[in-house]
Parts: sequence; C-alpha cells; structure tokens
Amino acid sequence: MTKPRRTAGLFAGLATASAIALASLSTAQADDPIRIGFIDPLSGPFANVGDAGLKHFRFAADRINEEGGINGRQVEIVPMDNNQSASESAQLVQRAADRGIDFVAQGNGSDVAGAIIETVNRNNRRNPDNKLLYLNYAAVDPSLTNERCSYWHFRFDADTTIKLEALSNYMMERDDIEKVYLINQDYSHGHEIERRFQDLAAEKMPNVEIVGTQLHPIGQVRDFSPYVSRIRQSGADSVVTGNWGNDLSLLAREAEDAGLDVNFYTYYAGGLGVPAAIGRAGVDRVAQITEWHANVNVDEGHDEYREWVDAFKERYPDIDWYFHRVYNLMYMLKAAVEEAGSTDAEGVAAALSGMEFESHTGTITMRADDHQMLQPMYISIMDDEVEYDSENSGVGFRTLSRIEVEDATSATTCEMDRP
Amino acid sequence: MLETITFSLLNGLLYGMLLFMLSSGLTLIFGMMGVLNFAHASFYMLGAYFAYTMGLYTGFWVALFLAPIAVGLIGAAVERFGLRQVHQYGHVPELLFTFGLAYVVEELVRLFWGNTPMNYRVPEALDFPLFSLFGTNYPAFRVFVLVVAVSMFVGLYLLLKRTRAGLIIQASLSRPDMVSALGHNVPQVFMWVFAFGTGLAALGGVVGGIQLVTEPGMAFMMGPIVFVVVVVGGLGSIQGALIASILIGVLQTFALSVDWSLANLGMVFGYAVPPESFFATIWYMDSTRIAPMLPYLLLVLMLIFRPRGLMGKRES
Repeated sequence: MTKPRRTAGLFAGLATASAIALASLSTAQADDPIRIGFIDPLSGPFANVGDAGLKHFRFAADRINEEGGINGRQVEIVPMDNNQSASESAQLVQRAADRGIDFVAQGNGSDVAGAIIETVNRNNRRNPDNKLLYLNYAAVDPSLTNERCSYWHFRFDADTTIKLEALSNYMMERDDIEKVYLINQDYSHGHEIERRFQDLAAEKMPNVEIVGTQLHPIGQVRDFSPYVSRIRQSGADSVVTGNWGNDLSLLAREAEDAGLDVNFYTYYAGGLGVPAAIGRAGVDRVAQITEWHANVNVDEGHDEYREWVDAFKERYPDIDWYFHRVYNLMYMLKAAVEEAGSTDAEGVAAALSGMEFESHTGTITMRADDHQMLQPMYISIMDDEVEYDSENSGVGFRTLSRIEVEDATSATTCEMDRP
Repeated sequence: MLETITFSLLNGLLYGMLLFMLSSGLTLIFGMMGVLNFAHASFYMLGAYFAYTMGLYTGFWVALFLAPIAVGLIGAAVERFGLRQVHQYGHVPELLFTFGLAYVVEELVRLFWGNTPMNYRVPEALDFPLFSLFGTNYPAFRVFVLVVAVSMFVGLYLLLKRTRAGLIIQASLSRPDMVSALGHNVPQVFMWVFAFGTGLAALGGVVGGIQLVTEPGMAFMMGPIVFVVVVVGGLGSIQGALIASILIGVLQTFALSVDWSLANLGMVFGYAVPPESFFATIWYMDSTRIAPMLPYLLLVLMLIFRPRGLMGKRES
C-alpha cells in the first residue's frame, strides 16, 4: 500500500519542482529585477578590495531604485565570490548566464578580466538567446581593449596607456621634473608601466631622463630601505609607480623616514588602505592619477554629488566613495537599457557603444572602436588641509592638474567582431 | 661605495633585529616543546594591534609593556586549553592546531579592527631623525628598535644561562621525564615558555607594527621568513637565531643594494653564456630580483649541508 503512494508523492514533488524550474527559466518578466552579477574577491587576502567595490555597486543600485529603477524595474546586485581566481571567475560567468543574469561586473586583476572576456565571448556565440555583457570597472591592462578586445566588454576605467599618456602630458609642462625613477611590481601590470613610460619618455618628453628602473616581487617586500637608497643615489626627483596596497604604503613611508626628497606619481594612492597607512607622510609628496577624487566636488561645486559622497560615508563609515566610475557605469547602463527598451545584451551593447554621457567631470565617451571610456583625468597630491580626507586618515587629495579628454586618450589597434 | 655599504649594513641590521624579535620566541617554543607554532606570527600581529589600541588610552610607553603581557597571557591560555589537549596525540595534531589558530586569529582581527590598516605611528618622543649620513636621515625610532632587540637578547641569554629558571627550562628541553621526576611540573614549565615566547613575538609586533604596516595580512607576510630564521639558526638556540636574523637581513639588503649577476662572475674568468641560450635568464638575472628569494635558498642549502642549523645542538 505504501509503495504506490510514495511513488505518487515523488511524482507530485517532481512536477512541482519542474514547474518551479520552468517558471524561473522563462524569460524575464517586466517586474523582475535587473540583475548585475558582481564578480570579485569577497573572501581571502583581497577581500577588502572586492568588498569595497561591492559596496559601491550596492549604493549606486539603491540610488537608482529610489529614483524609480530602470524602466520601472529594480536593480539588484548579485555578489559572486571569485577568490581572485581566473578559472573560478569563468565558472561564475557561466553560472550567471544560466541564472539568466544579463550583466556581469568585475574589476580586480587583468588576468581575471581576460578570462571573463573569453567566457562571455564563448557564451554569446553559443547561446545567442542568452547573451551577456561584461562591465569592467577597474582592470587596466591595455590588451583588453586592443589585441583581446571584445564587443561585449566595456571598460569604464582609463587603461594604463591612457593614464601614462595623461601623466606624460602633465610632466611635459613641468620644468621641475627632470629625472624619473620607475619602481614597479614584478608582474604584467608593472612591466606594462615600465615599458610604456619609457616609450613615452623617448617619444615626447625630451626634458625627462629616466635615471633608473626597478622591479620588485609583489607583496613580499617588507623592507624598502635598499630600494629607497637606490632611488636617492640615482638622483631622481620623481618616482612613477603602479604599486598598490602595502607595496605602495611601505615604499612611501620608507622614503619619508629616510628624508628622500622626491614626488611619487602613483595609480592607487587614494584607496585600498594606502591613505590610512601612509597618512601625513604623504603630504605634498604622494600624487595619484585618477578619473576623480572627492575634493573635485568641492573645487568644481558639484553639490549634488557631494550629497552622494556624504551619504555613502554615512552608510559605510570605514571606506569612502572612491570609484567614480561605478557611478558612470551604473547610470550609463541605465541610459543604455532605457534606450534599448529592454535588457537584451545586443541592444544594450549597441546603445553603450559610442555613448556620450554627462558625468560630473564633463562629457565622457565610451569609444565605439574598442569600448574604452574616454574621460578627463585628475592628477592630485596628498594634502592635510582639504575638505574630504580618505579612509579617516586626515589626509585627502588636492588637484594639481586636470587633464582634458583630448590629452587623456590613446590609439587603439582593436578590430572587434560586431554582430 | 662606502655609502652603499654603510646603509646596507645599517638597514640590514635593523631588519635583522626585527626578525630576531619575532624568531627568538619561536625558537624557544620549537626547541623546547617541539611544537612548530604556525600561529607565532599571529601573536606578533596581536602585539601590534593591542599596542595600538592600548596606546590610544595609555600612550605608547605603557602599551610597550602591557601589550606583550596581555598577549603572553593569551598564549598561556592557548597552551593550557588548546595545545596541551592535543599534545597527547602527537606533533602532527599540534601542528594542525596552530595552523588553524593562525587563520582564526586573522579572521578575529578582521572582525574587531576591520580590513584597513591601523593608523599606528611612531610615538612623538621618538619621531625625529637621530643623525644624517650622506644626506639620508636615520630615524631615532630605528635606533630604539635596535636597543629593544639587543636588550631582549641580553635578557634572554642571561635568563636561560644564568638563572635557576633557565636551568629547569633547558633541562625540560632535553630530559623532560627526568625533570618531572625531580618534582618539577613540566607541563607548567611548557605553558610559561609558550606564554613567554608569544609575549616576545608580541614585543616584536609592538615595534614592528610601527616600522611596517599594522594590517590583518601582516602575520602571513612575516610567517615564512621567521621559520627560515629558526631553521638556519638552529632549533632552540637564541644565539643562532640572532646570527641567522642578522645574516638574512644583511644578505637581503646587500643583494638589493648592488647590481650584480652571475655574468659579473663570468667576466672575471672571461666566460659568458650566449644571450639566446636557455640558461641566459638565470645568468643575466639581476641580484635585486633574486634578493627576496635568497633566505629560502639559504634554508634549502642549510638543510642539505647542515641540518641542525648554525648553532643547533640536535640533528633532529
């Protein structure tokens, strides 16, 4: 007696399960949220970096939702922990596609970014009904918009070539920069900076002499004093470095302790624990090149955006609104979805490609040729008398120079396959 | 040239002394109890965090003494309620226990103090350049670190070699059953040695946290190099740890300060590897890129040619 009944129960269960599965497989309903898969390290040694990014995305999504969402649909950020691993990220992209997520965002690590591009390309080729877009908010390897460029990839940060181009345009104008020393981490990012900067110096900076280059292992050096001695012996007046995290903090603090009189031009002095670790040792000494910093709002009077930055700080007191590009990314995505009328990847990609957008810093363009964002850049230096400090360190950034879009651009060799 | 040598020596000595402060406690614990304490650098990290937090209320000088004591007490508790329980199952469970402990401590630190580095600074009384050599300042705080490390070595040496307590500790190391038979409480001796060792690591953290960066990753950054010091110096030998620390500090600093590669050596003998050959990468590799690997190379060579280390007494 019991046996048939159990089978019947099993069938009923299976039927219910498949009904649920079918319901979730069916195409997105008009009132379903628009989901963005956020793929970055959320555990392990780089957890703080990924976590900060996630908070930026969540905050921007909440703002958009408060304003009525996109086409009346809410935005939802789906966190996906990739452990900073390229292969895990590829699996996560696949999983996102299976779950019917239309957009994936990622930023940390160009190796990871490369793997995501390949997976997205493959998915879009094989599943034309379920295409994905990859929104890259921080991976800066130039090859991602050159040799390996893809129609489905959009980069909202300036790549290394553009940052160095902008920096060299600034250095050309300055006559107190004569001798430059390059110190970088010994991996693709550092190699790229070393190579490109030397090319640029030879090409357009006759006033600048490169007095030394140095690669050091990433994340392993505890004592930077020998490096600082070398910089001093080289007679350099400026140091260019792509170092981030402790590799930058320790270097800058060591230089301060030794009384080394040089300026540091960096990519990442404004975040990832560096301002907290360097503090006052970096005042008038450590500069960064970024697409924005908090005191731009003060200088240029962006009151609305100041309210945004303040609200973020109130919600997450430990960190600051740092990725202006996440704002650009989310609002450009909103504009693109509204223009396309749906979240269909092909339509949104077509709208994003070549899109001009009024950001706080001016008109920014997603270049159609390679999907690289072109935007004004700021060179700013640490200052302890500015209105906004970073990471509660008492030290913030003061703009040295604003590089307009025309001077912050680079050629591309991208030849992408367009649908 | 003189400039390079002077600074390499000074910087190497300082870095070596920092290493010594960390490794002296480990070598004591390792040598005496046979426990390979993977969590040792975690106590170093706790020292830095405790000193920073206490310093906010009491100032640096009080924290300099209180933080190592507090961490030492935690160490005692870890030995009494953790290690001693797994001790009966042998060394492998002990190893696994400390391995897990290192992760637990790191997560706890992240939980209580957050992910960003602490704003842990040189105390004002020491925040000035002590002297200037060839145009480079030498901060007073570094000399202070040297002084702390040297007094630590002298104190430890006297304690182990000249006092009754040291006698019992040394005896427990080689003949625990005999010491026990003489009426000493050997497990208690072990507990205090463990507490003392972790306290020393914490003292290293109090000054090391200022010199380097106080952040949750600091333990894992220091962990491997400390084991190199202990093995090279010889298990349980304080003098060995001192010599190995300074050796590694100076070696690494020198390798970073001079441009040198195997090709230079080859030139003396009039020989050069052709640039396109398979070995050219190694032949022309700059010493600055090899430097961070040198301590580990030393470790391997030491294990091959002299497994008991520089000053170790036992072969095991």
